[in-house]
Amino acid sequence: MELQRVEVVKNIYSENEKIAFSVKEKLTQKGIFAVNVLGSPGAGKTSALKQIIKLMPDTKFYVIEGDLESDIDTQKMRSIGVETYQINTKGACHLDAPTINSALDNFNLREKAILFVENIGNLVCTAEFVIGEHIKMLICSVPEGSDKPYKYPIIFENADVIVLNKCDLKEYVDFDDKFFYDGIAALNKKAPVFEVCAKTGEGFDKLVQWINKVRV
Amino acid sequence: MHEYSITQQIVKIAEENAISNGAIKIERISLVVGELSGFIGESIQMYFDVLSKGTLAEGAIVDITYVKPQLKCSKCNSFFYRKRFSFECPQCGGMGLPTEIGKEFYVKDIDILTDK
Repeated sequence: MELQRVEVVKNIYSENEKIAFSVKEKLTQKGIFAVNVLGSPGAGKTSALKQIIKLMPDTKFYVIEGDLESDIDTQKMRSIGVETYQINTKGACHLDAPTINSALDNFNLREKAILFVENIGNLVCTAEFVIGEHIKMLICSVPEGSDKPYKYPIIFENADVIVLNKCDLKEYVDFDDKFFYDGIAALNKKAPVFEVCAKTGEGFDKLVQWINKVRV
Repeated sequence: MHEYSITQQIVKIAEENAISNGAIKIERISLVVGELSGFIGESIQMYFDVLSKGTLAEGAIVDITYVKPQLKCSKCNSFFYRKRFSFECPQCGGMGLPTEIGKEFYVKDIDILTDK
C-alpha cells in the first residue's frame, strides 16, 4: 500500500456553474432576459416586481418564486396575470442552477420575455450561487439600515443593479445616505442605485428605463 | 444548511480524482475556503461524515485552510485586511476595493491509498 498526494485544485461551485451556463444559454436563445432578484426577507422584492411589471404592459413576464414554504407570493403574481411557478425549498437557503433548470420545464417558453427569479430572502448565499441569470438585482430597503454594504459585502459587490426600497420611510428612521453610498462605492463601481417606493410606485420609471436598456 | 449540497460536490470531486488515480481509499481531503465564501468548516465536516459513508472518502480527514479576505487600496495599491464598518486603507486612507482574496472555495489536493 502506498500513500500518495494528488493535486486537484477544482472549484467546488463548478458543477452548479456548468448548469447555470447552459440555463443562461437556453434562455438567451429563446430571447428571455433572466433577472435573479435578491434581498432580505421583507425588503419588498415581490412588491417591487409588481410595480416593474405594471410599468411594462407590452412585455411578457415569467416569474419563479423561491420560498422555504407557502405560495403567498405566487398568488400575488398570478392575481396580476403573471405566469408564476413556486419553488418551496423547505430548508434550503438559496436557489441553485439545477433547481431553476427543472423549474423552467413548467413554462411554455415561446415568447420573448423577462424572467424574474425571486430568490429566497437572504443576503448571504443567494449572492454566491449563479442560477443562469443575465443580471442580479438587489433590492434592499431603508428600514434594514445603511450599514448593510459593510455587513454583507459580497451581495453588494455582485449586484448589477441596486434598488433601495421604502424611501418614504427615510424621515422616520436613521438612515445615513452617505454611509450607505460610500459602502457601495467601495464595493461596486458599475451597479446603478435606484431609490424607489414600492407602495406608491415612485422611482420605478427610471428603473424600468434602465432594465429596457440592458435587456437582451 | 447550504453546506449539505456543497459537501456532496466535495465528496464527488474527491472520489472522481481518487478513482482516476487508482485509489482504494481517501485518507485526507484538503480544502481552501475563503472567509467570504460563507462556508463553515464544522458544518462541512458534519455533513461529510454522513455523506461520505460507503464512498472511498469514508473516514477521511477534511483539512480546511481558511483565507482571510483582503482589499486593495485604490490609491497606494497596498493589500490590507478591512476593519469593521470601513473599507478605508490603514496606510493612506484611500478606498479599498474588493479582490479575489478571501473568496476561494476549492478542493486543493487529496491523500489517497493505492494498493501498489
